[in-house]
Amino acid sequence: MSRETSLVTADWVAQNLNNPKVVIVEVDEDTTLYAQGHIENAITFHWREDLQDGLIRDLISKEKFEALLSKSGISNDSTVILYGGNNNWFATYAFWYFKVYGHADVRLLDGGRKRWELDARAFVTEVPVRTATRYVAKERDNSIRAFRDEVVAAIGTKNIVDVRSPAEFSGELAAPAHLPQESGQIKGHIPTAKNIPWSKAANEDGTFKSDAELKEIYQGAGVDLSKDTIAYCRIGERSAFSWFVLHELLGVNNVKNYDGSWTEYGSLVGVPVAVGA
Amino acid sequence: MRTCGATPGGPSLDGIDLSKQTVIQGQVLRDGSSDSVPNGAAVTNGHVRLLDADGEFTAEVPTNQEGQFRFFAAPGSWTLVVQAPGARVEKKIVAAQGAPTDVVIHI
Repeated sequence: MSRETSLVTADWVAQNLNNPKVVIVEVDEDTTLYAQGHIENAITFHWREDLQDGLIRDLISKEKFEALLSKSGISNDSTVILYGGNNNWFATYAFWYFKVYGHADVRLLDGGRKRWELDARAFVTEVPVRTATRYVAKERDNSIRAFRDEVVAAIGTKNIVDVRSPAEFSGELAAPAHLPQESGQIKGHIPTAKNIPWSKAANEDGTFKSDAELKEIYQGAGVDLSKDTIAYCRIGERSAFSWFVLHELLGVNNVKNYDGSWTEYGSLVGVPVAVGA
Repeated sequence: MRTCGATPGGPSLDGIDLSKQTVIQGQVLRDGSSDSVPNGAAVTNGHVRLLDADGEFTAEVPTNQEGQFRFFAAPGSWTLVVQAPGARVEKKIVAAQGAPTDVVIHI
């Protein structure tokens, strides 16, 4: 768990486009961008269609994850490089997901699709053909995943970090502003949560800030990182981004991503909710 | 009422309930090398970021094949930041519910 083992630069990816040990995967909520152009030899996973169970609200099962990676030509010893649009939100969600299922070597392209695009690096439309493998996943590692009862119990005791925008935290908006503001659940945040937007950790080009800057963001907001920490957002992808910052870049072990996030918490009957800044 | 295809700037508003949504949208165009008339090429590899009145990130979208973008925000003051290879432009706007804020941004 460090910047060196979890993050790669665009230059590194450019030098490893044809490395047989490396599998590059674009992950997003909108794979039409992949169809318009992607990094050479990259395959794509759709955040919902490939990574959500669909029938129940959960990750896909271990068996389905194994089938997805096997048909995608990913081996247990592959170096998986994840990237995507949306400032790598869904790519970091996939990173967390690969860690839940115990993949050994998974890394994130710093800055994702945006940095690659701003550098005017090449995109291609050819979809690579990969030879199927027999991938074997581990049992889910729930030490990095928080569930609702644990979150309710954490109010006032553990660090709860709401990584959504201030407007969502306060209850002004129900979702990020590129999505329609229609939602069944109420607005607001989990009481005692600190609002440390994911975006604080990123430069404008989507790359991560330095370790020293990242530490200051959390410590400056009064988060005692020696205590257990739960990060949440709306659907668990931006909180995966902040989980990545804490767990992978800063090496803080006791951090969980609450992937149920506000779409679950804000729909629970009877739990406490706070509004305002 | 704007109709499909007649909108200067952002994408068609067909199907969007403007009585409930505060829409901020527009189009990013690259100025020609010799003039600045608003007839440049659509910027299809741009990223448009929406900052709130305090300058905090609220959302970001890539421009589409027509250089267009759209946000669903709340009434008030916002800043758009457009990034594209070799370019960065900021534009302050005020959004209201009921009527879309539609802008053309040149880079």
